Amino acid sequence: MAMNYNAKDEVDGGPPCPPGGTAKTRRPDNTAFKQQRLPAWQPILTAGTVLPTFFIIGLIFIPIGIGIFVTSNNIREIEIDYTGTEPSSPCNKCLSPDVTPCICTINFTLEKSFEGNVFMYYGLSNFYQNHRRYVKSRDDSQLNGDPSALLNPSKECEPYRRNEDKPIAPCGAIANSMFNDTLELFLISNESDPTPVPIPLKKKGIAWWTDKNVKFRNPPGGENLEERFKGTTKPVNWLKPVYMLDSDIDNSGFVNEDFIVWMRTAALPTFRKLYRLIERKNDLHPTLPAGRYYLNITYNYPVHSFDGRKRMILSTISWMGGKNPFLGIAYIAIGSISFLLGVVLLVINHKYRNNSNTADITI
Amino acid sequence: KNLFEQFHRLANVYFVFIALLNFVPAVNAFQPGLALAPVLFILAVTAFKDLWEDYSRHRSDHEINHLGCLVFSREEKKYVNRFWKEIRVGDFVQLRCNEIIPADILLLSSSDPDGLCHIETANLDGETNLKRRQVVRGFSELVSEFNPLTFTSVIECEKPNNNLSRFHGCIIHDNGKKAALYKENLLLRGCTIRNTEAVVGIVIYAGHETKALLNNSGPRYKRSQLERQMNCDVLWCVLLLICMSLFSAVGHGLWIQRHQEKKALFDVPESDGSALSPVTAAVYSFLTMIIVLQVLIPISLYVSIEIVKVCQVYFINQDIELYDEETDSQLQCRALNITEDLGQIQYIFSDKTGTLTENKMVFRRCTVSGIEYSHDANAQRLARYQEADSEEEEVVPRGNTVSQRGSIGSHQSIRIMSRSQSTRSHRRTGSRAEARRASILSKHTAFSSPMEKDITPDPKLFEKVSECDRCLAISRHQEHPLAHLSPELSDVFDFFIALTVCNTVVVTAPDQPRQKASCLKSPVKTIEDFLRRFTPSRLTSGCSSIGSLATNKSNHKSNPNFLPNLPNDSTLLGLEEKLDQSEPTIASNGFGTQSECWAPEQAREQKQVSEVEQERELRYEAESPDEAALVYAARAYNCALVDRLHDQVSVELPHLGRLTFELLHTLGFDSIRKRMSVVIRHPLTDEINVYTKGADSVVMDLLLPCSSGTPSPPHGHSPIRRTLLHLQGAALDPHSTACLVQVLSKEEYACWLQSHLEAESSVDNREELLFQSALRLETNLHLLGATGIEDRLQEGVPETITKLRQAGLQIWVLSGDKQETAINVAYACKLLDHGEEIITLNAESQVGGFGSSAPQEVTSQDWEPWSSWCLSPERVNPPGPCLVIDGRSLAYALEKNLEDRFLILAKQCRSVLCCRSTPLQKSMVVKLVRSKLKAMTLAIGDGANDVSMIQVADVGVGISGQEGMQAVMASDFAVPRFRYLERLLIVHGHWCYSRLANMVLYFFYKNTMFVGLLFWFQFYCGFSASAMIDQWYLIFFNLLFSSLPQLVTGVLDKDVPARVLLSEPQLYRSGQNMEEYRPCTFWLNMADAAFQSLVCFFIPYLAYYDSEVDMFTWGTPITAIALFTFLLHLGIETKTWTWLNWITCGFSILLFFSVALVYNASCATCYPPSNPYWTMQTLLGDPLFYLTCLIAPVAALLPRLFFKALQGSLFPTPLQLGRQSAKKTPKKLSTSKGNLAQEPLPRDQRTEDSEERTIGPSESLSGDFASQASWHTPQLACSPEASGEPSAVDMSVPVREDPLPEGLSAQTPESSTPGQDMPADCPGDSKRKPSSTGRAAPLSSLFNLPNFSSLNWISSLSLVSGLGSVLQFSRSGLQMDKRDGEFLSRPPQPDQDLHDLRGHATDYF
Repeated sequence: MAMNYNAKDEVDGGPPCPPGGTAKTRRPDNTAFKQQRLPAWQPILTAGTVLPTFFIIGLIFIPIGIGIFVTSNNIREIEIDYTGTEPSSPCNKCLSPDVTPCICTINFTLEKSFEGNVFMYYGLSNFYQNHRRYVKSRDDSQLNGDPSALLNPSKECEPYRRNEDKPIAPCGAIANSMFNDTLELFLISNESDPTPVPIPLKKKGIAWWTDKNVKFRNPPGGENLEERFKGTTKPVNWLKPVYMLDSDIDNSGFVNEDFIVWMRTAALPTFRKLYRLIERKNDLHPTLPAGRYYLNITYNYPVHSFDGRKRMILSTISWMGGKNPFLGIAYIAIGSISFLLGVVLLVINHKYRNNSNTADITI
Repeated sequence: KNLFEQFHRLANVYFVFIALLNFVPAVNAFQPGLALAPVLFILAVTAFKDLWEDYSRHRSDHEINHLGCLVFSREEKKYVNRFWKEIRVGDFVQLRCNEIIPADILLLSSSDPDGLCHIETANLDGETNLKRRQVVRGFSELVSEFNPLTFTSVIECEKPNNNLSRFHGCIIHDNGKKAALYKENLLLRGCTIRNTEAVVGIVIYAGHETKALLNNSGPRYKRSQLERQMNCDVLWCVLLLICMSLFSAVGHGLWIQRHQEKKALFDVPESDGSALSPVTAAVYSFLTMIIVLQVLIPISLYVSIEIVKVCQVYFINQDIELYDEETDSQLQCRALNITEDLGQIQYIFSDKTGTLTENKMVFRRCTVSGIEYSHDANAQRLARYQEADSEEEEVVPRGNTVSQRGSIGSHQSIRIMSRSQSTRSHRRTGSRAEARRASILSKHTAFSSPMEKDITPDPKLFEKVSECDRCLAISRHQEHPLAHLSPELSDVFDFFIALTVCNTVVVTAPDQPRQKASCLKSPVKTIEDFLRRFTPSRLTSGCSSIGSLATNKSNHKSNPNFLPNLPNDSTLLGLEEKLDQSEPTIASNGFGTQSECWAPEQAREQKQVSEVEQERELRYEAESPDEAALVYAARAYNCALVDRLHDQVSVELPHLGRLTFELLHTLGFDSIRKRMSVVIRHPLTDEINVYTKGADSVVMDLLLPCSSGTPSPPHGHSPIRRTLLHLQGAALDPHSTACLVQVLSKEEYACWLQSHLEAESSVDNREELLFQSALRLETNLHLLGATGIEDRLQEGVPETITKLRQAGLQIWVLSGDKQETAINVAYACKLLDHGEEIITLNAESQVGGFGSSAPQEVTSQDWEPWSSWCLSPERVNPPGPCLVIDGRSLAYALEKNLEDRFLILAKQCRSVLCCRSTPLQKSMVVKLVRSKLKAMTLAIGDGANDVSMIQVADVGVGISGQEGMQAVMASDFAVPRFRYLERLLIVHGHWCYSRLANMVLYFFYKNTMFVGLLFWFQFYCGFSASAMIDQWYLIFFNLLFSSLPQLVTGVLDKDVPARVLLSEPQLYRSGQNMEEYRPCTFWLNMADAAFQSLVCFFIPYLAYYDSEVDMFTWGTPITAIALFTFLLHLGIETKTWTWLNWITCGFSILLFFSVALVYNASCATCYPPSNPYWTMQTLLGDPLFYLTCLIAPVAALLPRLFFKALQGSLFPTPLQLGRQSAKKTPKKLSTSKGNLAQEPLPRDQRTEDSEERTIGPSESLSGDFASQASWHTPQLACSPEASGEPSAVDMSVPVREDPLPEGLSAQTPESSTPGQDMPADCPGDSKRKPSSTGRAAPLSSLFNLPNFSSLNWISSLSLVSGLGSVLQFSRSGLQMDKRDGEFLSRPPQPDQDLHDLRGHATDYF
């Protein structure tokens, strides 16, 4: 029998009635397969047989859980909500749409220094980036720099497809609603010297490499980005056109990493997105030493209307990503439950085995 | 066209609707083209399957339509070859020997000089014998060959109808004469011409108007019960889907309302910029949800089920144990979609002849003039064909129940063994196998299997025969040769002459089509010539078909004239004897060896073979198989029929040589007279003798009052009485026949002949008159002897029936035979037991008028006591009497107002026998049970008379034995023999059912769980019908990634090994009760799916909460988790892991990841909106992915595994126990069997039992009770397990209340738990139940499940049924499942006794 025999073959090769009138005997082949006598492992699920599984699960999961928990706990993370809905918040003033360039500053203190690379996120809550019509509202060919798609974006982008008879350059609702606050971080190095030291924030390297280099491309054409985007218009909500997202030509237009990150729609209404990288300087100094900082926010993005929240998050990461105590706890919990059930089964099995032995005799 | 057909299926319409819905932009969820893919795939697969089926059907149609036959062409003035489909009404068709008749044809001419034509109607009514058809009167006189051009008559006949046994019409010749047409003139389509060289006829009905096709009601689309239930659950799923969609629609509406006025950034307005109103949004969301959640309706379920069924069918076909070596045929599954119904059958309706029995008659024994010749040797010979198997021994004592018969009993026991094992043994002995093969090759010459041919004569009788043979040979030249014989010997001689002569057997040599040619040996020829010269008008006296009165009168006159010739005749015979002198040496030699040495079997067999060779391999073809058997029997006594012409019969005797009897009349067999007679002139005595042969019951009334005309009885007792006694003893034989003789004086004969001829020549009510005339002749007969013939049961039938019974199947036998025969067969195949009460319903007597009121009275009279008896509380658990009902009563029972009552009664009965039922009645009974009892029915039959029944039943099984293919054609499954039914049902049926049930449940689980994931997500995406799982995964998940393992499991999973299933047929009940797939299991399953989806959704949700993960990067791990969960779940459900399971599981995972990787790498800008470029690759680098993938499936499946384990060890189902026992004790089983084989049954014990049993049926209740109880002893003794428990064997009836130490200590704890509960839980209940269980404990030493199931079956006490499902069964109880139940509920004992018992019982718990 062929080793690659699978169910499909049976379907094709198994017409029930062989063509009649065959001279040879119709005796079926006495093979293990055809007689359904394939050697088989026949597990029987009883307390006795399942018991080891539970213990093994328990024994494996609990250490993993502890490991994850510890790792997660070692991650430093600080979260600053700057939505400004509370009257006391410095950003409260920006809630009214009248103040157009509204800049607010929030002070915070790091109790412990952050070591290694520090990631700066902005987090949004109650923001349904996974809404069905929202998710669809983009044109990947346009983002990939396809010239025809640039001028004639996909229908999916409606109603953010054209504005004033011009195609919108990154069309669609996702692009239109791009996060456009600017966050800056300053360290107040010592009390005596009030001049804040700006923390260098790296703009590049926050998006997936493939996105930046493969998926998103600026349209071909002349040297000048503006020329390449000629004939298009900026999304309605945007302040500046797409080619002016950044001064660096490698980080402007569709390949702007903030834009790329934004275009990767979040799975859940509460999410964070990577905003900047704070690279560690050298081994001697922590990336973000403990101390007082203040966050400078250019407040553009309105979330309070739909009860959304905005946050700035600073976090170090471990091998398993950001801080998330859940997984460790879950592992520990499942492991212990499994262990417990194992014990229950052990008791049952012990009680039952005496009886089952006698049962065997009668059988 | 096929597409159109497919859209008839609701499911397909639904899927296409969804796919089309997807094209509407406002609601589309997927890329429209992609959404169409699975639907197209499924349509394509179905189309392919249909195409294949259509093609094969077309091929067979084409084959039949293009069979050729010779049709007369007026243009060419000759017969030309035409296809069947071109035959029109009015065509003249010429048919030759062994051709199948293409249409209903009126026989106009036959090559047979008498205008006869033999046909075999096996294809039509299942009877293999040859039937005679006559040329239409008026054409038979034509000497020259029939010329269609000269045919000018007008034929009038009735409209096409489906009545096979009736045909009326008339033919008006051109001279104005009118001749009636009867069914004897009609050749029906589908029959085969036999023994007639060529016939010509005119087509009367062709094509669909033929009776055969009109009888063939079209096939019914069968849908299995499981499928029906599944469809119901699919509807539930639809409901669930709609609920989910509605819920999310409402949710979306609210959400939109809330966020719209707040101008949320993520709210996307309509394309024209206007805001979407919440209501429209809700409607859109609803539709989209339906698309997204369409997976809930398992699109691939139907396809998968079809695939699985095809594979199951393939495996059933391939099962080597269903392969019949003799006929070289394996089981055929003709219906692909009802395999799982095999596992749920509750009622089996079986035909008798040819299904339970072989339809081959074997000479069993005879009594001649009051002396019984028991033919021990014959029985022994039969017995010696097989080595006594241990299993056989089990059977013997049970069958051997009525021991009144003394020595007969022992025969019977041996015979039972012989029946069951004979065929297998044929293979063992070389020469026999060859003979067998030869008989298979020449299948169309019916009834010539070696079993029938080889009959060992009884030595005593043989001696007598040869003695009188010798005497006669010596004294033949004297005046009254017979007078020299003692009356007994003359009886013996006459008996054998009667056997040989009184029949319509046709002698053939194997190589020639008709026997005439074979008998052209010189001596006969000369004698014939001689006789013919001397009796020129003799020809006319013979056959009944001759109409002219005048010639007959002259013949009558000539009779005295040729009397003087007879001495001449006998001298000639003497001459002939001398010619034959060379032969007697061999013959006597043969006799010597036979009488002397019985022991050397081999020598005898060789001798017989040589004998057969000597006799030029004469073969007898008879209208009924028993005739042939009798002739073969006679031949064994060297009284061989060598030639039969229409007017003379030649018999060859070793000493006398060839005797030629002049055949004056043959009064054929009919079902009313139940006998046939021949009138012959005896060559030795020159007397005219009437030999009558008929069913014993009828013939006995015709007997001459004792010793009036016959010589005085040789012994004190009248031979008649003794013969009657023997016949009673023989009543267990299916067929017993008495042979009688009457000596007529010439005057009497002349007188009778006169009236007979008048009757024959009358046109109007000829049949009536002939009947009367026959009655007149058959009076005042002298009893010669009786024969016992048996229609051998098929191999393994009693065992199969016992097994099927144990499996909880009710077996009804619907037979066309007469009541006695049916009952006898039922006894023989253990359908009836002697201890049982038999309710016989015969409405015959009271049926004066056929008005509806009269039968109602009758039947209700009959039933009132019975039905009340059945329902009375006294008999909460009746032993299940047997109901025997005959055709006429059945007709009343099937009337609307009585059918319910009939069913109530029948339901209580252990077995039901319907005799004399027509095909229509059979199907009506099946239909009734099917519709009223809502039970799964299986009909099994082999002949065309079973076709309607087979078609009506849920599962129709045809036996593809020697009879025609009609039943097979109509059936869903065709098995070679009845005994294969056991394996088909108990093993394959169970497997198919459990596989499919599990698979369907798994499917529902899988889809619900998958949809659950999507549904939970809706809470986090504003109910916007968004899916976090990539549409590709969503669509192909069911189709590709997770389908293979479940298919393999669905095809190959064996919950219990075949060996255990066969040894413990009770396991079959799980299928009957639909244990694996019930509404509650369905909902439990759904609940588990919901739980699992919750776990699988929220673990990733929490793990990725507030992270930078994007939607589809998050959805992919969920998909992977779902896949792992499915596979693990399947792993928990799978009972046997073969390498195929492993491979497919691995393959699924591999496929998923490789597809994901390829898909994610293939295109950077394609597949909006997910655009999953490089997602999988990124995920594979993320440890979080692995961590979630590890924990989520485990967490999801922990509860299931835990509960499975708990259930497995605390409350195991019988199936699980069976599996456990199979695993634990594969060796034990075989050793215990081996023990039994070595350890012969204690002989004395058995006789003891039988002594006890004799009182049984006639006694009062307590006596009855005793007889019932006594059953257990042999059963225990012969059950393999019991041999390991000596105490159980020793225990007999009076001891049953005694404690049984070993037995009880061996009791399983499971059985004790319910036992404790029992008295506590139902104290108010009738004492009988607990106490009876209490009694069961010492008796069977164990509770067993069947007890309880049978208990609750009748009492329908929910409590008990609850216990029943919890209860253990134990193997040692197996042998007595039902009987225990009966026993337990046996009528009340003194109350005191009960209390004592209870005391005992509770002590032990």
